[in-house]
Amino acid sequence: MLNSLDQFLATRVSALDLRAQRSELLASNVANADTPNYKARDFDFTQALQSALGGHRSNGGGLQVDRTSPAHLAGINGGTGNADVKYRIPVQASIDGNTVELDTELGQFTDNAVRFQADLTFVSSQIRLLQIAIQGQ
Amino acid sequence: MSLSHVFDIAGSALTAQSQRLNAVASNLANADSAASSNGQPYRAKQVVFTAVPLGRNAMGNDPTAMSGQGMGVRVTSVIDDPAPPRMVYDPKSPLADAKGYVTMPNVNVVEEMTNMISASRAYQMNMDMMNTAKNLLIKTLALGQ
Repeated sequence: MLNSLDQFLATRVSALDLRAQRSELLASNVANADTPNYKARDFDFTQALQSALGGHRSNGGGLQVDRTSPAHLAGINGGTGNADVKYRIPVQASIDGNTVELDTELGQFTDNAVRFQADLTFVSSQIRLLQIAIQGQ
Repeated sequence: MSLSHVFDIAGSALTAQSQRLNAVASNLANADSAASSNGQPYRAKQVVFTAVPLGRNAMGNDPTAMSGQGMGVRVTSVIDDPAPPRMVYDPKSPLADAKGYVTMPNVNVVEEMTNMISASRAYQMNMDMMNTAKNLLIKTLALGQ
């Protein structure tokens, strides 16, 4: 039962986790908007979520441990720490080697924040559903 | 929770940008200080920003975790601007050399003003980011209520 409860919330909670992680990366980009040679980083949210949910591992996603013997431990795969972080390709690169474009970063950050709030709303409605089911009224 | 790392990261940027603003204030204040405490004309100070690992996994030694880690910013050094000093012809000045030129600070006022605007905008931007993160965290805390 506990497992299915976990599964019931898993998608949204992983999404929230990844959103929080992405906001950290985007905040790094904005913080380093004036740092020479800093390269802006981000990750593909869809791919990261699929990888976190253990879905399409074959097409990218987190790094997998290769097991050559059945006795080997599987290692920690999936998880939100394994999002494929990539460098952003700048539209207008600056001469000091910095690739942060503030408008892009801020737009992405706001978008990320709004989607985070949306996910929160979904999770809280899921929790409400669970409460209704528990009370049975 | 990664969201609270946004505070560390944006906070480090706030510190760095305010240091930059301090340097600008110092440079503008001394734009005409032909003699400073060491007898030499004032030299413009410039801050050097460096990205430093901060937030998630900052303390860990796991190299595979490095790629996705949050990066804060820190002022690693304050350098004297290497630009040549401004020479002003003023034979009446007690600081004038044999040819009548006074060595003035190498502060470029226009550059400093743009620097100031850039620093204050960056400060605002990071402040906005902290506010957003704060709102998100408050909403997360209210989850399930």
